Amino acid sequence: MTDTLQPAHGMARPTAPPTPDAAIEARSLGRSFGDLTAVDGVDLTIGAGEIYGLLGPNGAGKSTTVRMLCTLLAPTSGSARVAGHDVVTEASDVRLRIGAALQEAALDPKQSGTELLRLQGRLYGLTSTEVDERVGQLTEMIDLGDAMGRPIATYSGGMKRRLDLAAALVHNPDVLFLDEPTTGLDPVSRARVWDEVRLLNEQLGMTILLTTQYLEEADALAHRVGIIDGGALVAEGTPAELKRSVGDDLVIARLDDRLDTADAERLLADLDVTVVDAVGDELVLSTAVGAETIGPVAVALAAAGITLRDLTLRTPTLDDVFLEMTGNRLDAGHLDGEHERTGHEPEGAGR
Amino acid sequence: MNSTVTTPAAQLRSSAVRARPTGFAHDVLTIAGRSLRAVPRDLEAVIPPVLIAVFFFVVNIATLERLTESTIGGFDYTAFQMPTAVLLGVTGVSRAPALVLDVQNGYFDRLLMTPMKRTAILLGHLVADVAVAACLTIPILALGLALGSGFETGLAGLVVFVIGAASWSLAFAGFGYAVALKTGNPAAVQSMFLLFFPFLFLTTSYVPREQLSGWLDVAATFNPVTYILDGMRSLATDGWSIDVLWAFTAIALVGAASISMCLAALRGRVKAG
Repeated sequence: MTDTLQPAHGMARPTAPPTPDAAIEARSLGRSFGDLTAVDGVDLTIGAGEIYGLLGPNGAGKSTTVRMLCTLLAPTSGSARVAGHDVVTEASDVRLRIGAALQEAALDPKQSGTELLRLQGRLYGLTSTEVDERVGQLTEMIDLGDAMGRPIATYSGGMKRRLDLAAALVHNPDVLFLDEPTTGLDPVSRARVWDEVRLLNEQLGMTILLTTQYLEEADALAHRVGIIDGGALVAEGTPAELKRSVGDDLVIARLDDRLDTADAERLLADLDVTVVDAVGDELVLSTAVGAETIGPVAVALAAAGITLRDLTLRTPTLDDVFLEMTGNRLDAGHLDGEHERTGHEPEGAGR
Repeated sequence: MNSTVTTPAAQLRSSAVRARPTGFAHDVLTIAGRSLRAVPRDLEAVIPPVLIAVFFFVVNIATLERLTESTIGGFDYTAFQMPTAVLLGVTGVSRAPALVLDVQNGYFDRLLMTPMKRTAILLGHLVADVAVAACLTIPILALGLALGSGFETGLAGLVVFVIGAASWSLAFAGFGYAVALKTGNPAAVQSMFLLFFPFLFLTTSYVPREQLSGWLDVAATFNPVTYILDGMRSLATDGWSIDVLWAFTAIALVGAASISMCLAALRGRVKAG
C-alpha cells in the first residue's frame, strides 16, 4: 500500500514554481465530497516563521484545508507544498517536518501522558536519549506535573489540549498546525495556549498555521489573517490592514425595527457616513469622524421615527471585515467589549 | 493578556532533535509494543475467552468422554477436545476494538501524521494479537496435559500447535480489523463475533468427522476450521502428518481473505481522510 496520497479524479498537477522561503504554499487547493465543495480553490502563501490565522465560522472549510496540508486528506484540485514538499507526492517528507494539534485532542485515553509522548518520539525516529530529552522538556512546557503519569482519560479538557500540543512538538517540527486550539477551553487555559503559541513562534521561529472561529484569537496571535467562508478565502492581510480596509470608525445602531440598506442610505444622505450593511436589526455605518457623527446619526434616525435600542461607536474589528466580505457576522457574541471606545444609549431605548 | 509563561523556551530552543525516517520493522514493533502494553489494562478482553474455553473443555470431557471412548476404539477425547478448547479461547481475541477507539478519538489521525507506513499501524496490532493468542494458548494446553493428553510430536509439535493457534487467531482477527477500519463502529466490530459460531460449531468441534451426518457433514467439509482442528489433533495424537500442512493451508487461505479485506479497508479510510 502506498503512503502517498493519491489526488482524486486524476487531477492535473499545476507546474507553477514554488515560492522561495514559503513554509506553506497552496495553489487553487480544493476538496470536494461528492457534490459538496468543502474547500474551493484556496491560494495561500505563508512565510517561514509566520503565524497565520485562518478565521471562519464552523463549516467554512478551515479544518478540511488543514487536513489537506497535514497530508490526512488528498486534495481533489490544486496543489500544496509544506516545508518545501508536495503534500501529495512527497507526503512522507512533509510528515517529518510538521506537527499538528487537530480540532479534537487526538490522544489515547488509556495511555499516560508520558507514554504517549515517548511513543510519539519513537515513531518520529528519535533515539532513546532524544526521547528522554524531549519528554522532559515538553513535560515542563505543558506543566502537567504528576498528571503525566496518570491515564489521559483522567485529564481535563485543558490538560488534554496541552498534551496534544506537546505531542505535536515532540520532533521539533518546522511547521505547526493548530486547528481551533482553544475551542471549548476556559479563559485561563486559553491564555496558556496563546502564550505557548507565541513563544514557539518567537523563540523557536516555528511557522504556525492556526484556524479559529474566535476573532480575538486571530487578532491577538496572527501576523496575518485569512478569512475563509464557504470554502473560499475571501480576504487576507494583517489584522490592522484588514480592519483599515473596512473604514475608520464604525457606528453601530441597534433598532427596534429592521431597516434595509437603501432606506438607511436615504435617511443618512446628509451625514458623512457610509452604510456598510444592515443586518437584521443592526445598522453598521462607517465614518472617518465617529465622535462627531454619532450624535447626528441618532438625531436623523429619531427624526425619521426610528427607535434606537443602542448606539455604539467603535473601531473596526475582524468581524466587521468578515461582515464586509461575506455579508454575515462571524459571531456576534465576540463583539461585546472588543475595541469599544464609547457607547450611547438613547433615552427611552430600554435595553 | 495573561502574563503567565510556562514554556521553558530556552530549553526547547537548544534542542537539536529532528524527526528522521524509521524502518518498517521498527514501526511495526513500536505499534505492537503499544498494543501489548495496553493488554493488562484491558484484561476483560482476554480473560473471559480463556475462562470460557477452559469451562467448556472440562464440561465437554465430563459429558462426552465416556460415550465417545466407549464407542470409538482407542479414542482419546481429551486430546480430541484440546484443539477445540484452544480455538475457542483464541478466536476473536484481538485489539480491533481498540483500533476503533483510536479512530473515534482521533488518535488514528495522529498516527497517520507520523512518517511511518500506514500498513505498519495494522501489522503492529496484528503482531500484538499473535503474541497475545500464543500466551492464551498456554494455560489451555497446560490443562489438557494435566488431564492426561499427550503430544506425539513432542516439544516441536507443541510449538507448532501454539503457532497454529496464534496464526488462526490472526486470520480470524483480520475480519474484525477490516470492519473496524471500514466502519469505525465498535458495535459493528462486536458483531463480527457472529462469524465465530459457524466457524467453531459447523465442524468437528465435539465429535469426529465420521460421527457427523447430513448437512452438518457437508458444512464441515467446507469449513476451514475442520482442517485446522484435524491438523492440530494430529500433532497431539498421531504424529507429523499431511493434516498439519492442510491446517496451515486453511489458515493461510482464511488469513489471505481477511488481511486483504483489512488492507482494502485501511486504504479506504486513509483515502477518505
